[in-house]
Amino acid sequence: MNSQFRRALAMALAACAGVAGLAGCGSADQGDSADGKVTITVDCQPPKSDKADRDSWNADVAAFQKLHPNITIKSVDKFPCEEPASFTAQLRGGTEADVFYAYATDTDQVVNSGQVTDITQYVNDKTVPGLSDLDRTTLDVGRRGGKLWSLPRTNYSMGLVINRKLFKQAGLDPDQPPTTWAEVAKDAKQITDKVGHGVAGYADYSAGNNGGWHFTAEMYAQGGQVVTADGKKADFNNAKGRAVLSRLHRMRYSDGSMGAKQNLAWADLLKLASAGKVGMYIGAPDTIKAIHENFKGDYADFGMGPMPGETGPAPATLGGGDQYFFKKTDTPAQIRAGIAWVVYQELTPGKGQLDYVRGKRIGQTVGQPEPQLFTGATEQKVEKLRAANATIPTDNYAAFRDNPVPFKVEPPNAQAIYKVLDTAMSAVLTNPHADVTALLDTAEKQVNQVLAAG
Amino acid sequence: MTATAAPQRSRRSTGGGAGRRTHRYSLGVQRNVTGWALLAGGVLCFVLFSWYPMIREFVLSVQQTKYGETSFVGLANYQRVVHDPAFWQAWRNTAEFTGLALLFGFALPFLIAVVLNEFRHAQGYLRVLVYLPVMLPPASALLLFKYAYDPGDGLFNSILSTFGLPTSQWLQSTTMAMPSLVLASTWMNMGGAVLIYLAALQSIPGELYEAAEIDGARLLRRFWHVTIPQCRLVLSLMLMLQVISTMQMFIEAFLLANGSGPEGATTTVVYLIYQHAFNLDDLGGASALGVLLLLVLAAFAAVYVRLDRPRG
Repeated sequence: MNSQFRRALAMALAACAGVAGLAGCGSADQGDSADGKVTITVDCQPPKSDKADRDSWNADVAAFQKLHPNITIKSVDKFPCEEPASFTAQLRGGTEADVFYAYATDTDQVVNSGQVTDITQYVNDKTVPGLSDLDRTTLDVGRRGGKLWSLPRTNYSMGLVINRKLFKQAGLDPDQPPTTWAEVAKDAKQITDKVGHGVAGYADYSAGNNGGWHFTAEMYAQGGQVVTADGKKADFNNAKGRAVLSRLHRMRYSDGSMGAKQNLAWADLLKLASAGKVGMYIGAPDTIKAIHENFKGDYADFGMGPMPGETGPAPATLGGGDQYFFKKTDTPAQIRAGIAWVVYQELTPGKGQLDYVRGKRIGQTVGQPEPQLFTGATEQKVEKLRAANATIPTDNYAAFRDNPVPFKVEPPNAQAIYKVLDTAMSAVLTNPHADVTALLDTAEKQVNQVLAAG
Repeated sequence: MTATAAPQRSRRSTGGGAGRRTHRYSLGVQRNVTGWALLAGGVLCFVLFSWYPMIREFVLSVQQTKYGETSFVGLANYQRVVHDPAFWQAWRNTAEFTGLALLFGFALPFLIAVVLNEFRHAQGYLRVLVYLPVMLPPASALLLFKYAYDPGDGLFNSILSTFGLPTSQWLQSTTMAMPSLVLASTWMNMGGAVLIYLAALQSIPGELYEAAEIDGARLLRRFWHVTIPQCRLVLSLMLMLQVISTMQMFIEAFLLANGSGPEGATTTVVYLIYQHAFNLDDLGGASALGVLLLLVLAAFAAVYVRLDRPRG
């Protein structure tokens, strides 16, 4: 064999080894060992750029491992915790962490992927202390076919977010946010007219499936729904649906109170809000946190009221959250260890994400009215801790907190329905001649088509 | 010739003997093995990262996964995506973008190259200027356009207002959204095409123009009868590549118009694939759409190659 040949062979082998190495990157070892020790990987560790949150997470891991010496937590640095494209790819490839994060809206995707374990038999009052106090709607987000597939991490419900500074500039009382849609329209016009500078009194989404998401929330606020209870037919082509779209169209083109920029997706609206260009929008308290953390907005400038309805606070609002699932290949010991970790980190008052004493000490956001994971005595305990250690002006949320609106979860096949409804939302916000009746007729046909296809 | 060649053959056959023949054969084999070994790495990469995913896409397009069980569903995914409310709109939008991109993105770079080719001085600087946008990361370039298209106080509307002209809603208008994407895409990508056309123009022998001038051909006739025929090969290749690339437009719609744009005016086939794959948890549908797009592009390429074949 001459040297040229040997070199070529070596190169080919190296190429093969490289490819094989790449292909093998996703493989994982089992976490159990003969001596009873168990190792689990858990994702959604805060990024290095967020030092306070990351340090807290690492401290929690150390404290948890001290409490459970037989469990080793391997944190997976992942930010954002779920990015749809890579999340779908990981699910398909089975390369997610042993205990992995997902949005509430992705429950069906996760369960259908077959990459997740049924944890029903592992969850009881002993493994999840305070289980009976866990909010039923929130827990049921992870239930499909009578089986429990996940434990909740956070939850949210939408209300009316207001810019207190703009309210004051417009001569409105920020401690009394509007509670009806008629008041929202009136106040929005007043903000736009009095503040000027292209400020939108009220803003809403119409792109990236966010328009459909908010249309659904506004239908709930009207006392309606977007699909029938059996999930088989569209149920928005009615007076309530017309009220939602007509109101937005009127505010956009008759009142001129929704600004020039439309086709907004999630981050677009928050960026505008952080720049003081939006007087009101519907959203959950976590959007104010996002405005503060991602776009440098000031907590003091924002407040919240309840989701508006026709005659007062809405009869219902849209809610959701996020959760932790357990990978299909997890051993029983890994599932038990994972549940113990999620309970410690996410569901124990005074520990992990609910350790508000530490949160205050290191300057984290403490005092937002959500997550509201519990009911009864456990929730009171959490509320007390939160109030005592608040780092933000909690009074700004008083109207939201004092007027609780029950939340409903997303409809089945949510994203496909939102995709259709985006078009209707986009039309009323970008087309002065939009025909609301025709838009709802078309959207109804299309949603029925989507639901029939399954 | 024959007389001298025969003894050489004879010398080769008798002079080396069986040992040297075997050595030469073994050298030839080693050389071939070296070639094959070198090729293996490249082929393996193609197999793993290009051909296997394509085959996998076909397979996925006839499968569905529910509760972890993957089953063969025949053409059900194809039927479902054809009945997607946005399906035909996506194809219409894609065709519109391709048509407009050809009109501007194909003709304009060629005309700019022709003009640049006439410059005797500073041609290098001008080439750099024309190519600069290609060096900008697409996300940054599109962000600039997003600000420029702002319907409130964007650059384009400010310019139009300055001259007392009517302003536009740009990306928020169902009629202007697609042309706006074409404009941004052309600006971002035409630098590469200009350089290729310029190279083709500079390879045209000057004698052809001199002969045409002596025959009395004016500028337009010279362009039509000398420039175009001499650049035909490059022009036809670029046309095919451009159609294939513009039919797969995604990033412009995704970053400038949040994907679907006003009333779905910028939903393209590739954006629909993205929606099915990542927002609708429908990899089967996304794969079916991918296969349909592949078939359309392959059909176009086949027709094009047939029509473009030299006559005679």
